[in-house]
Amino acid sequence: MSHVATKTDYDLLPFAGEHHEELSFVRKYIFSTDHKTIGKQFLFMSLLFLLLGGTLATVMRWQLGFPGTPLPVDILPETMAPGGIILPEFYNSLVTMHGTFMIFFAIMPLLVGVFGNLLIPLQIGAADMAFPKLNMFSFWLAVPAGFIMLASFFVEGGAAGAGWTSYAPLSTSGEFTGVYLGQQLWLISLFLLGFSSITGAVNYITTIINLRAPGLTWFRLPLTVWALFITAILVLLAMPILAGGLIMLLTDQTLGTTFFKPELGGEPLLWQHLFWYFGHPEVYILILPAMGIVSEVIANGARKPVFGYHSMVFAIAAIALLSWIVWGHHMFMSGMNPRLGMTFMFTTIVIAVPSAIKVFNWLGTLWKGNIHFTTPFLHSVAFVALFIIGGLSGVFMASTPVDIPIHDTYFIVAHIHYVLFGGSLFAIFSGITYWYPKLFGTLMNETWGKIHFIGTFIAYNLAFFPMHGIGLQGMMRRLYDPTLYAYLQPLQPWNVFISYSVFVLFAFQFIFAANFLLSIWKGKKAGPNPWRANSIEWSAPSPPPHGNFERMPVVYRGPYEYSVPGAREDFILQTDPPDSSVAPHHTSASTSH
Amino acid sequence: MTSHAAAIPMDQRRPEPGVEFYTMKLGMWIFLLSEIMFFTSLIGAYVILRFAHPEQWAYPGEVLNVPLTAINTFVLICSSVTMVKAFAALEHDDQKGLQLWLVATILLGSTFVGVQVYEYIHLAADGFIPVAANYSAEGGPLYGSTFYLMTGFHGLHVTIGVFALIGVLIRSMGGHFNSKKVGGVEIMGLYWHFVDLVWIVLFTIVYLV
Ligand code: HEM
Ligand SMILES: [Cu+2]
Repeated sequence: MSHVATKTDYDLLPFAGEHHEELSFVRKYIFSTDHKTIGKQFLFMSLLFLLLGGTLATVMRWQLGFPGTPLPVDILPETMAPGGIILPEFYNSLVTMHGTFMIFFAIMPLLVGVFGNLLIPLQIGAADMAFPKLNMFSFWLAVPAGFIMLASFFVEGGAAGAGWTSYAPLSTSGEFTGVYLGQQLWLISLFLLGFSSITGAVNYITTIINLRAPGLTWFRLPLTVWALFITAILVLLAMPILAGGLIMLLTDQTLGTTFFKPELGGEPLLWQHLFWYFGHPEVYILILPAMGIVSEVIANGARKPVFGYHSMVFAIAAIALLSWIVWGHHMFMSGMNPRLGMTFMFTTIVIAVPSAIKVFNWLGTLWKGNIHFTTPFLHSVAFVALFIIGGLSGVFMASTPVDIPIHDTYFIVAHIHYVLFGGSLFAIFSGITYWYPKLFGTLMNETWGKIHFIGTFIAYNLAFFPMHGIGLQGMMRRLYDPTLYAYLQPLQPWNVFISYSVFVLFAFQFIFAANFLLSIWKGKKAGPNPWRANSIEWSAPSPPPHGNFERMPVVYRGPYEYSVPGAREDFILQTDPPDSSVAPHHTSASTSH
Repeated sequence: MTSHAAAIPMDQRRPEPGVEFYTMKLGMWIFLLSEIMFFTSLIGAYVILRFAHPEQWAYPGEVLNVPLTAINTFVLICSSVTMVKAFAALEHDDQKGLQLWLVATILLGSTFVGVQVYEYIHLAADGFIPVAANYSAEGGPLYGSTFYLMTGFHGLHVTIGVFALIGVLIRSMGGHFNSKKVGGVEIMGLYWHFVDLVWIVLFTIVYLV
């Protein structure tokens, strides 16, 4: 039977490349199956949510810096802020929604959705994901999830107010928070988002296992691909645990089940276990891809191979494995058998070892490098510096005796933001600037990029570093009005200072937004390899066409061959054949060394 | 060594035979891993709650109709057998056999769901419902909560499977599959066997222990 390729057949072929017929606008930009377009869609969606999350944070900081003062722009409805004065219930929603949007709708889709989609096929030399339609589905499931979360602000009772962790029994019934429907929409939205992430993870894992270009062995993969691979495994295995918990909480609220209701024989602590059994791997979902990006950008800026490539891979794997057995460190204060507490404390501190390996390897990569201070490089180095601070404060909280006094104070808020803002978000800025050419074909403006970097770095530290101090002095997190407490009144100048720093920090982000948008049209044409880097995506045009590569790439070497002695240039593309790159100039096939 | 010649123009490259199928199968296996974690979270919650509050559980057979569900379990196991038969028929290019066994699997799967609905209706009539306040028969509210959640989500998986099987059946009637093109059927089979396996675990811990 002769085989005539049908349309469906063609869609299945991962290497088949270009659909030559012109796609309609809808198929090309809206319901696209091209991984790069889906990556861009995720990018625009999550940047909008990042902006929203940031706006909520400034409103919170207004309240904390100037409690009871009407907001300068009074546009919020009466139910949230009558006369511009923020209501306590609304403040609860602000804290909850800020954390929720940042974690689930900004950082996670930025790292996993954007870089996973954009980079995996490009860096492994594939034409697209293994399941392009499933990929489209996973984006179009994330969008309604975001809208549902947004809609919850406008329902009766307002948005969820039990924190991004939605601890039971606070969250099981509206009588505690005054929020009914809003909390349920929160649960439904996260369930949809989780389903979207799981389908994405299936796609990423299959793609990386199956569609690598010939010659691209596992230990020739760029570290970003490694990080995204292991992250996808974490998503795949952690998200369903949360999904189970979300469903139980939802049925507790709507169908009268009693899983987490102590007054009816349920166990509120079970929610905490389920949540953190997911939640701790989740925080690594939010940092491992960032570590991958940073490894790559630092090697590129230092023009040196990544120091300890193999140990970097093993460190990522070790962190991922350990992340499954440490969740209890979030529950030291929830009442726990001291022996169990010791175990969680010990395993948690062990995670510091692979993390430290990574930090030393980054420093080793920088050591004696021929450094090029590009904007992505600066963001990546800032990541390393801030991650060290965030990691150190993490060790404090991992130790039960220290955790007890500082738990749920601004010390923890400082820690969260050192790892998530100083860590993940700086890596995201780095990655967006670095791979911008593969998205839009142009480069972002370096001068404005550096201004944004310096402003953000300084304002960021002014805003978040003092939080360690006010936390140690007893300022609790999720606090509506610190001036109501006599012992916190002396700290109020610090709160004012932090709030001003945050407003400056927020303002600097508009430089990034403007640079990002304007460079799409005004940016310098990039050419295929503006950063003179090695990995496969830099052998494709910027931006790559549908199907990515003209020819199936064949890989001959690892991803970090910078400054190889005797080579013609200080980088060698992974696809350069063994003999072509060494001096002087050889012309292709005829040579027989 | 012909180094450059290996680079084939993208649009002329075809995957090696079997790769697309292998990719789909791998994808299904990976998806099932995440399904395992989902059921782990439900079963884990069940185990923890039951250890913490044994007094809320009734003895096997006091509330739940064990013989009926045992028969129903047998029905589901049979459907796994007919699914295997369907795949075997396809490997021999026996289109009639394929369709026949698919229909049998669909009927058995729907029977299972039907019996489950019947069971729910009866239990509810006896006052065994998840709404805690209304429930005072043997066992406490956690018993009903966990029972309906676990069996309900399993039933949902069977229902989705039945619809997917109907889709596979329709495609097979359009001549979509043959002994070289088994993808949809084998992948459907993986999912179906997984769902059966989960039921055997659930039946054991919910009905027998
Ligand atoms: C403009 C920058 C930001 C500012 C000013 C800011 C400010 C705040 C404030 C005031 C809180 C409340 C702390 C409390 O009372 O417990 C908070 C909580 C939080 N923030 Fe941010 N934040 C910023 C960016 C981020 C980013 C980028 C992330 C990344 C994921 C993030 C994640 C969180 C989380 C998870 C919480 C805890 C929420 C909860 O307790 O429910 N924030 N932030
Ligand atoms: Cu943790």
